Amino acid sequence: MSTSAPVAEHDPPSSATRPTPPRRGRLGNRLTAGRAVPMVPAFLLLAGFMLGPIVYSVYLAFTDKAIRGEGAEQTEFVGFSNFTDAFADADFWNSVVLTVIFTVISALLGQNIMGMLLALLIERAHRVITFTVTAIVIAAWILPEVVAGYLLYTFFSPDGSLNAIITAIGLPPQQLLFSAPIFAVSFANIWRGTAFSMLVYSAALSSVPSDVYESAALDGAGPLRRFTSVTLPLLRPAIATNLMLTTLQTLSVFGLIFIMTGGGPARQSQTLPLYTYEQAFSYGQLGYGTAVALLLLLIGAVASMAYLRLLPEEDKR
Amino acid sequence: MAPGPFSRPSLDRRSFLRLSAGVATVVPLAALAGCAGANADPGVIRIAFQQFGSGTVKEQWITDAAAEFSAENPELTVELVPIVASEGDYFTKNELLMSSPRTSPDLVYEDSFILLSDVGAGYLRPMTELATGYEHWGDVADASKVAVTGEDGEIYGMPITTDTRAIWFHRGVLEEAGLPGDWQPSTWEDILDAARAIRDSDSDATPFFMFCGTPQGEKASMQGFEMLLYGTSAEGWLYDRETRKWIIGSTGFIDSLTFVRTIFEEDLTLPLAQHLDPNISETIYNTLLPEKKLGMLIDGSWISRTWAESAARPWPEWPDVMGLADMPTQDGGGNGTVTLAGGWGLSIPEYVTDKEIAFRFLETLVSTENLVDYAIADNHITVRDDVAADERYQGYSPAVDYFTRILKTAYYRPALPAYPQVSSAIQVAMEAVMTGDSPESAAAAYDATVIDIVGRESVQEAGA
Repeated sequence: MSTSAPVAEHDPPSSATRPTPPRRGRLGNRLTAGRAVPMVPAFLLLAGFMLGPIVYSVYLAFTDKAIRGEGAEQTEFVGFSNFTDAFADADFWNSVVLTVIFTVISALLGQNIMGMLLALLIERAHRVITFTVTAIVIAAWILPEVVAGYLLYTFFSPDGSLNAIITAIGLPPQQLLFSAPIFAVSFANIWRGTAFSMLVYSAALSSVPSDVYESAALDGAGPLRRFTSVTLPLLRPAIATNLMLTTLQTLSVFGLIFIMTGGGPARQSQTLPLYTYEQAFSYGQLGYGTAVALLLLLIGAVASMAYLRLLPEEDKR
Repeated sequence: MAPGPFSRPSLDRRSFLRLSAGVATVVPLAALAGCAGANADPGVIRIAFQQFGSGTVKEQWITDAAAEFSAENPELTVELVPIVASEGDYFTKNELLMSSPRTSPDLVYEDSFILLSDVGAGYLRPMTELATGYEHWGDVADASKVAVTGEDGEIYGMPITTDTRAIWFHRGVLEEAGLPGDWQPSTWEDILDAARAIRDSDSDATPFFMFCGTPQGEKASMQGFEMLLYGTSAEGWLYDRETRKWIIGSTGFIDSLTFVRTIFEEDLTLPLAQHLDPNISETIYNTLLPEKKLGMLIDGSWISRTWAESAARPWPEWPDVMGLADMPTQDGGGNGTVTLAGGWGLSIPEYVTDKEIAFRFLETLVSTENLVDYAIADNHITVRDDVAADERYQGYSPAVDYFTRILKTAYYRPALPAYPQVSSAIQVAMEAVMTGDSPESAAAAYDATVIDIVGRESVQEAGA
């Protein structure tokens, strides 16, 4: 861009009599277009492998496409009936409610608050403690979802670590995977996902200038007051971003729940991704399954818009 | 003015984006078009089969047959397409493969339970002439022939294996509860009484187990629920073959759910947590039975393969320890006993490259010699008289005679396109009563689901 400015400055005076083509802008465009060339392969890959399937799944959601049975041989356009069928299905609403519970417990409350607490604690802690805590939390995060699922499954299983701990202190053994499966899988998701929130908040906290806290302290603000009146307002963009990302990640959690409970018992932990899987692959109803997946997308979009409203005006630009 | 480089019409951003969009649309389409028919190599026969866990019996059988076939036909090669998946996922993956000419194998290993669904989907090609012309077609059991025949009367598969089900019991556990070594219940109540006796005895074994609930998949429907249901009045079974309608509002259905409810309510079975563990069968075969921790189990003919010398849990004493009893009907009526049969076969997909060549390889796979080897390695019940007549087959397992004999009175599932969904609905109903619902409300929910699946015009009230 800097090269275009001198060119504009040396324009001949005749430009006053007839309109001059906006050279500066054109050069800028030309350079931008030139710079975009290396992006072409990425753009093509995105179009082929992301946009294509998305468009195809939108199409599928309006058909009766099936994997097996008669619906597989002839696919017909069915309009909105997949969506109206979903709204009339009690199992769908069960999944919506469970998805909301799962997201609120594990993302909004669990990961968010735990991440904030850990970030605040390790900020002031000794280097060794910071390193150890960070290493442990991140280890849970980088584990593949399936491995984390199996770990937590064994943790909650009848002769797993949880029961070893609680029976050691004299409490009766629990079978949370069966008595309160949605809480068990929410706990697992908090365990696994807290690292992300912790990293986001650690980064945000380190960018808060220390003199702000010093002035607040001079004005007589205690630790709690400094947190509510200084830290929280300054962290608002980070909180909104973190909430949005963890919500979107949590809405689509599949492997963890599938491994731990399979959505059961009796659908008590069947969130929308598991319901979609059951309909599309166990029952072979691809059209209906993709319609439900689109509804899940819609829920994610609504949540994102809500969080965007949380952001201060200047951060939206 | 107007220095050359700047006045020349250039590619502005908008044109660039238009061009990119155009290219982006066309390139993938061209690429896809290029894929079409890429698989159509007439010299290669691709065969898809399920590969699960550490078992390699199927792979070995196909590999041996492929070597034999390629030696006779040097111009042809066989490519194995193992589908690594559990049973439920195998069907889906196989169907997705068969649905496109670009990915379709030339032969597929098909469960009789899903066969007619795949026929309905147009994935399979009829092979009536080839099959009936095959030298051992006459040796195939009649019931198995029916199982591979579509509603259009065409044959869609070559039956290979079957299986039957009964009550396996641990003699030691039953003796401790004061029950005879040749125990044979004649009603459901006899089973429950034996289970109560084990529960109240000094034995620390769990009295009874049958597969229940969605994590167990088709096992729960077939050798759990339907082993009960087919012992109730015939008017209340799943499907009326004469009127071609699914049955709802059946007392037999509620009674079967009540049986399930009873074993949980009276602590006659494993804890709910273990029932809902998808890996419970491994625990039963490898630990609970050999270690005398389970009294009775409704299960299939093949389970003793787990105890073979070369298997995961060798248990040479099992023929003396384990007894077998026929599954009785509800009150001893009807035939008096119940067993369900299923089984697998080979089918030719619609998008086969060359049907004749595929069938030639199929013939090698199902030669008497190869099937005897496969039956012994896989511990299954044969559907073919020529295989059953082989001495090696007859002596391969102490239980093979028993399970081959009860095949004569076996029931088959209504393996229609809607069956997989109906089966899921059965598992959901079982799980509902296991977790506290009443049998009546679970049965009502099942009825509503069946109407949803097949439409009101395709159901009828029991006894109607």
